[in-house]
Amino acid sequence: MKALLDWIEYRIPMMRVANMHAIQYPAPKNMNFWYIFGFLATIVLINQIVTGIWLTMSFEPSAERAFASVEYIMRDVEYGYILRYMHSTGASAFFIVVYLHMFRGMMYGSYQKPRELLWLFGMFIYLALMAEAFMGYVLPWGQMSYWGAQVIVSLFGAIPVVGPDLVVWIQGDYVISGATLNRFFALHVIALPLVIVILVFLHIVALHEVGSNNPDGVEVKRKKGSLKEEEKTSFEMHEYYTKKYDIIDDVVPFFPHIVLKDLVAFVVFLAFFSYVMFFNPEMGGYFLEHPNFEIANPLKTPEHIFPVWYFTPFYAILKAVPDKLLGVIAMFAAIIALFLLPWFDRGTIRSWRYRSGLHKVNLLVFAAVFVFLGYLGGTPQENWKIVASQIATVMYFGFFGLLWIYSKNEHEKENLKPVPERITK
Amino acid sequence: MSNVSVDANDSSVAESQPQDNTRRRFLTVATSVVGGAGVVGAAIPFIGSWNPSAKARAAGADVEVDISKVQPGQLIRVIWRSKPVWVVRRTPELLASLEQHENQLKDPNSEQEQQPTFAQNRYRSLKEEYLVLVGICTHLGCSPQHLKDGAFAQYAEGVSEGFFCPCHGSKFDMSGRVFESVPAPLNLVVPPYQYLDDATLLIGQEAEA
Repeated sequence: MKALLDWIEYRIPMMRVANMHAIQYPAPKNMNFWYIFGFLATIVLINQIVTGIWLTMSFEPSAERAFASVEYIMRDVEYGYILRYMHSTGASAFFIVVYLHMFRGMMYGSYQKPRELLWLFGMFIYLALMAEAFMGYVLPWGQMSYWGAQVIVSLFGAIPVVGPDLVVWIQGDYVISGATLNRFFALHVIALPLVIVILVFLHIVALHEVGSNNPDGVEVKRKKGSLKEEEKTSFEMHEYYTKKYDIIDDVVPFFPHIVLKDLVAFVVFLAFFSYVMFFNPEMGGYFLEHPNFEIANPLKTPEHIFPVWYFTPFYAILKAVPDKLLGVIAMFAAIIALFLLPWFDRGTIRSWRYRSGLHKVNLLVFAAVFVFLGYLGGTPQENWKIVASQIATVMYFGFFGLLWIYSKNEHEKENLKPVPERITK
Repeated sequence: MSNVSVDANDSSVAESQPQDNTRRRFLTVATSVVGGAGVVGAAIPFIGSWNPSAKARAAGADVEVDISKVQPGQLIRVIWRSKPVWVVRRTPELLASLEQHENQLKDPNSEQEQQPTFAQNRYRSLKEEYLVLVGICTHLGCSPQHLKDGAFAQYAEGVSEGFFCPCHGSKFDMSGRVFESVPAPLNLVVPPYQYLDDATLLIGQEAEA
């Protein structure tokens, strides 16, 4: 066995990479509940890829056959309904864990210097994931697939001059048609998954280069030579990290400490996931919308058109603006603002534990506004909702504006409790 | 020039024999430009293949509609380029009512280019009696409902007939003109069309001037 491993190691750095990134990676010891969602997102990604491959074996990407082939998967293919529900539940689960993962980053300032690129890669994953989910939702070719695609693709028509031609080019026809379905299938099953996997790889490489943040926002990697011997961690960490830094005695090796914690989270997650998958896969019309059980009909618009729940906050922003082009701009600006979060926040204190009360309130209000926008964008239009969504849209962008204003020299101004030298517990 | 150094930081070589990098720079730029042109050229089939295929273009061909059997007040739907096209035979009373609510409209004179020039009038049509519209809301592409005999009045005071979009509440009158303060920015589209004879419409092409 040893001989075989050595034979491999001589030719490819298998153990070295495993040690560096999965075993002897220094992880702060105070990583809490909020630090499980990156791991869970990876698990869900694997679930989507594997179940997705199996679904393509029975799915037929044509306007004539797509809907029927999904019914075939559900009724005739052995275990087909389980595979499809794993995939559809996985899509919503992906967004749940990603939203929580992002909120964690915002709470503990994990986007701040030097983790800006890490945050950007994460945002690109989120963007690719939205495109992936949108195109995946078109494939069953139900009423919501069709009309959702109609609404989203027509957004590009708002672009001045080139808009209408661009829409025809995206659709491959003068309307959403089988040609559109076919290309979305190609993008959904190969192009975007490749992009996402590459971005996830870069996300992890970037993370391991700068190191994991933690709930205290205290840096665990210190300047080489700055720590006394008894202050350094007694665990054996990979020399890649110890050669460049002194690592403080507030870390644990990724394996087994973090991996085991993540596995516990995984079991709990599986319980929730299995409940939804087996007992409530439609989730009351939120995970799988009821109009989608009817085949796409270009001549019959459903009474209400909603995107799936994970897009509804942005959909509410789109609808809040009375002008079409400005609405589209506002919607994209809402995503771009998230991209630029590391630069809106001019503070140097990472964790909200040591930041001002204003910051804590601002962040919690932002989270609440995001959920409220999701409600507004996912329920039928009413007059009060137009005004409400306009106010909520202003508050959404207000979060970034306020952050930019108060974050500079926040500590000197507010006389806050100092950030500790070491992780507190 | 046999002693070209691999190590760019090896200053001793560079200092003792100053190198002329112009040719190298020229070759680098030339290679990049030619390579870039190649990439652009190679991208053409990939981008072009997203355009509608010959089959899709053929399916987007013109449509003939027999309107001899359309009753006054009736709306018929035909499919043109897979889009619903409405042909409405408007009654004289309806035509007379069209000017009464023009103060509630965004673009009563059809100044935005949502119609062929022949339809830039109150009736937005070639012959007043027949309204031809693409039945797709200009907001986000839903298909509005035709509400008549007073059913439309709940959405627009004093207007008894019109089109109401159930998706986001946009409203249009019986010339397809959009009302104020609704999400749809523009009047409904009038497709290009012509009369082949009194009883036949051709949708998809204007008559040659």
